[in-house]
Amino acid sequence: MIAPRKILTAEMIAAIEALAPRYPDRRALTLPALHIVNDSLRYVPLEAVVEVAELLGLKPAEVQDSLSFYEFFHQDAPAGIVRAWVCRSISCALRGGEEVMEHLCRKAGVRPGETTSDGLLTVEVAECLGACDFAPCMLAGSTLYKNLTPEKMNEFLAHSKVSCHE
Amino acid sequence: MSDFQPVLLAGIGITDSFTRASYEERGGYAALRQTLTEKKPTDVIDIIKASGLRGRGGAGFPTGLKWTFLPKDHPGPIYLCINADESEPGTFNNRILMEEDPHQVLEGTILSAYATRATTAYIYLRYEYPASWDRMQSAIDECYAAGYLGNKILGSSFSLNIYLHRGAAAYICGEETGLIESLEGKRAWPRIKPPFPAVEGLFHKPTVVNNIETVACVAQIVRRGVDWFRSIGVPSDPANPRDPGSYGPKLYCLSGHVNRPGCYEAPLGITVRELIDRFGGGVWKNRKAKAAIPGGISMGILTEAEFDTPLDFSGPGKVGCLGLGTAAVVVLDETVSMIDFLYNSCRFFAHESCGQCTPCREGTSWSLRMIERIRAGKGRIKDLDLLLEIGTTIGMMPGTTICGLADGAGWPIKNTIKKFRDECEDYVKRTNPTGWMVNEPVPALAIVNGH
Repeated sequence: MIAPRKILTAEMIAAIEALAPRYPDRRALTLPALHIVNDSLRYVPLEAVVEVAELLGLKPAEVQDSLSFYEFFHQDAPAGIVRAWVCRSISCALRGGEEVMEHLCRKAGVRPGETTSDGLLTVEVAECLGACDFAPCMLAGSTLYKNLTPEKMNEFLAHSKVSCHE
Repeated sequence: MSDFQPVLLAGIGITDSFTRASYEERGGYAALRQTLTEKKPTDVIDIIKASGLRGRGGAGFPTGLKWTFLPKDHPGPIYLCINADESEPGTFNNRILMEEDPHQVLEGTILSAYATRATTAYIYLRYEYPASWDRMQSAIDECYAAGYLGNKILGSSFSLNIYLHRGAAAYICGEETGLIESLEGKRAWPRIKPPFPAVEGLFHKPTVVNNIETVACVAQIVRRGVDWFRSIGVPSDPANPRDPGSYGPKLYCLSGHVNRPGCYEAPLGITVRELIDRFGGGVWKNRKAKAAIPGGISMGILTEAEFDTPLDFSGPGKVGCLGLGTAAVVVLDETVSMIDFLYNSCRFFAHESCGQCTPCREGTSWSLRMIERIRAGKGRIKDLDLLLEIGTTIGMMPGTTICGLADGAGWPIKNTIKKFRDECEDYVKRTNPTGWMVNEPVPALAIVNGH
């Protein structure tokens, strides 16, 4: 059955189907499909889960089961325009990772996991970003911010046009 | 050591090192051409077996031997999965290989697929590496254009497709059967073995999972020969017939409190002290080192007095660590509290435990709550023994979990409390002067978690 109001656009469905020949089983398209939806909507609402399941011939619960495992896809509301992942693992923590995270949160007026009220920025903790040679670091969108300091965080916030507290 | 020249990192710093033209200028893909015309797949397996190459992803299993576990004369398909879900804290050599020299990785992947008769290879690439994704995809496109991928590669009867598959930020996807489950579209719960992936893996078919650095080594071994590879590293111990040795160059990731963090190539067997002094420019801020992680946080911790331990496959185990792991060395200077180190480690594993096996799910979460309680000034000496009990009872080695994540969670706890017992006891007594000897249960604190 096709839901009357589609979350998935024709472009998204075409992008998902373009990957289908790569896998012998359509269930393997689950993660690629969720990424395609998330790249475009910045979240994967439950309605999209149902539609992805229909497209792949799965039960919605099967898709939701995989999705929820990763704690990666937002579901209730879109993430901010920029998703900033600040590394908290050991190499970054040794070089001030927690301090730059605290600075970012204070300036942006959010706690880790929250989105600024202007919807521009979601701040999240990350486990090792694999850039320990540039610790402390942050992945914001597809940009890796290296050797962070509070000053560099201020520059990042100004660049992202987030309205700062203090 | 003095005349050692980097091979895996030879392309680093060269202009446009990530292009096919640059890789071929450095001799790339010649070994592939020669192999496809002159060698059978079994010849490649024999070369890799003879080289003594052991997997670079953490477990150190002999690569050639892993390939021979595939069933003979299988009608196919056989799958090759390349593990680029590099998530072990402190580790970034796969990122550098993929970003700076992706064609070396791809030549190794194609050769590995030829050896294992795989016709499809999936590179499971972690979400956190968008730059690696772009470089790898461009390199794959270049390979199709050049006839190195696709149908009947270079006029031979061998066909191969390579696809990138994007992860979603879960450490457990680096465990080979967790990776397979994730690729299949399920939650990344590691499988009970047997059956091993070589018999029944991805899509129920025979599957080999190899690490990025491992396949880069395959490319260099096929090009330079077995003797070259075996001239580097630490030979097998003649007194131990089961020791396969530690041959070849290794990419050591050095980070933490050193002046020059980075990825450095050295013969297997270099010590932490040599890495810090020769490559890392010494401990930062003119301080002294206190401890170091020998190979990613799962491997436990070395005291400064243990810095002369050779970082080969059997070295760290001789001083109570779990093993060489990913050879990611993280240096802690004298100002670091080992309780803070333990907190960071316990928080990581509590967050990344996949939740499938109760001892790991509960043990990692309980150890984090205890460390939080100690840091909140409510610790008891008894808590150190309880932590030690968790550390020794969760994992594959005590036989209570399916995969090794819990062993990795337990080792930093065991090593820290055994090797730094005095400091841990002092911390508890100093921060909880009136209650450190109490034995009654204490209510746990709420966990702060922002993910």
